[in-house]
Amino acid sequence: MLQRIIMIIWKEFVQISRDPRMLGVVIVLPIFMLLLYGYAINLDVKHVRLAVYDQDGSQASRELVGAFTRSQYFDMAVQAWDERAVTQALDAGKARVALIIPATYSADLARGRRATVQVLVDGSDSTTASTAIGYLAGIVQSQNLQVSLQTLERAGQPVEHRARFWYNPELRSTNFIIPGLIAVILMMLAALLTSVTVVRERERGTIESLVVSPVMPFELMLGKLIPYVIIAFFDVLLVLTVGVFVFHIPFVGSVLLVLALSTLFVAAALGIGLLVSTVAPNQQVAMLTAVMATQLPTVLLSGFIFPISSMPHAIQLFTNIIPAAHFIRILRGIVLKGNGLAELWAPSLFLLVLGMVMLAASSARFKKTL
Amino acid sequence: MSNVLTYEHAVEVRELVKRFGAFTAVDRLDFTVKRGEIFGFLGPNGAGKSTTIRMLCGLLLPTAGRGTVAGLDIIRESERIKTRIGYMSQKFSLYEDLTVEENIAFYGGIYGVSDARLAERKAWILEMANLADRRHSLTGELAVGWKQRLALGCAMVHEPEILFLDEPTGGVDPISRRNFWDLIFTVAGAGVTVMVTTHYMDEAEHCDRLAMIYGGKLIALGSPAELKAQYADAGQLLEIEADPLMRALDVLAEAVHDVAVFGTTLHAVVHAARGEAMVRTTLERAGVAVRRVEPIAPSLEDVFVRLIEQADRQREEAG
Repeated sequence: MLQRIIMIIWKEFVQISRDPRMLGVVIVLPIFMLLLYGYAINLDVKHVRLAVYDQDGSQASRELVGAFTRSQYFDMAVQAWDERAVTQALDAGKARVALIIPATYSADLARGRRATVQVLVDGSDSTTASTAIGYLAGIVQSQNLQVSLQTLERAGQPVEHRARFWYNPELRSTNFIIPGLIAVILMMLAALLTSVTVVRERERGTIESLVVSPVMPFELMLGKLIPYVIIAFFDVLLVLTVGVFVFHIPFVGSVLLVLALSTLFVAAALGIGLLVSTVAPNQQVAMLTAVMATQLPTVLLSGFIFPISSMPHAIQLFTNIIPAAHFIRILRGIVLKGNGLAELWAPSLFLLVLGMVMLAASSARFKKTL
Repeated sequence: MSNVLTYEHAVEVRELVKRFGAFTAVDRLDFTVKRGEIFGFLGPNGAGKSTTIRMLCGLLLPTAGRGTVAGLDIIRESERIKTRIGYMSQKFSLYEDLTVEENIAFYGGIYGVSDARLAERKAWILEMANLADRRHSLTGELAVGWKQRLALGCAMVHEPEILFLDEPTGGVDPISRRNFWDLIFTVAGAGVTVMVTTHYMDEAEHCDRLAMIYGGKLIALGSPAELKAQYADAGQLLEIEADPLMRALDVLAEAVHDVAVFGTTLHAVVHAARGEAMVRTTLERAGVAVRRVEPIAPSLEDVFVRLIEQADRQREEAG
């Protein structure tokens, strides 16, 4: 039995080494996807286009505008001279946020009265809108503090003061996104890798020689899985390296533990591809099915973007059969929080079981008759 | 060989049936293959030859009936059969992206051939298939004739007792076909039972015994000589050259037992010794110019064509 499995592993490796397309799939695809999605999926709201209608035109109002534009969160996009221009800028999408400073702004401040400014926010993209409002509040707060301090200084009261920004400008969503993205990419890649392995043998007719030989389905499936576990493991190293050195995700926990547990994850993901391969009628359908069956559930239900804890209970249960859900928990746990096996035994166990179920299902599906 | 060869027949099939939906590919087939013979399975495309072989090799499950290969049941013991047989499929089924040596090593490995034995087998196969110079070539780059010899070699890497060859010479030039049959004789000479499907009559002549199948049914069984002798019992075979040929065919179809076109001539079966004269007068009376009428010995093709026509007639009468 061992000899047969080893022969299949050896044969797969020889075939992979002679297929130049594999090099592209194994090396270029994951790096390309990580860079593409890593830069595109960014929940940080920066450089929001701002329209300003400064009716006051005083030094105080310019200071307020400056507080906005000096931060990296807002860029001055439209300088408006009447209310209509503000409305137009928002309608046309030239600005997402508009700041209207009334003519009485500096006078009110000078008299120590409450000065009011109007802020209009484009709510069509609610994520950006709510984040922008948060920044707004922060900037206005700090401006308030600044103004109060100036007033106190003018009154000659010696007050020790230190102004502090409420928002942590280093709260980077990248640290949260990249580990999830690594799981999503590996998931799709792994399923893609194995999805054609069995159906290709069927298309080329080599399946007949295998079926008529004493090779058992389980031996064939394991022999086909192991080479790709090794290849996918190489991809784990690749995407983690890009994550650390290009996206600067901090790596708090144990690298060895990540690598060990990622083996469980890729085995489960490869198993899904293998199962697809035993069912699909041809290579094209197999690849398409593998991508469809892994990408959508992985993106939506793995906790990659939408937190699992806020899903309905039934769907939370369902996410347990999605390997990426467990792997994202593991990756974020180790990379960002420095978790160990004590905290992560449950998702690890889930991955192990999922991988074994996939292997068993593929073997059962692969009948030894045509 | 460690196996104790206790079985009587290499292959034995009783009432074997295979249906695909409403289509009956193999219809209650009965035959036995003796140990050590070259058994030919002759029939047109779609007659059920490959389907039968695939059931014997455990690639397909029969719908009904039973059979044994090497004394083992084809349904219950197919996994045990697999180590005892070699199978060469109609479609080339080696890995084209592996080299000649790698293919031999792979099949040797999955059949559990030991390393020491594999070295011997590899040398034997390369010698037998005349591939020693091409041992490091990718299999996909070989010409069809070489590929087929390599496929035969790989099917025999584990020294099977029984070899199933499904149209092994399809798409190969006549010289390569001749070479391939020399290999089959060599293998059979070493005591291996060979069951081979073909639709080439000249190949059928090489077999010790033949089963002719048509429409999934067995229509004749015996050695080439026996089959021809049975044909001779039906009457004398005449070869006729006449002009116009098709008119002659129509006229004779009314007058004699069997008539068929063979190239530029007609082959007709007549009963009496006076048959030759009868054919001549019948044709001349119908205004056909008779160039030549000559008694000939029947070929397998004559036998086969006549049996198929009989089967078609019976089917028409039945339905």
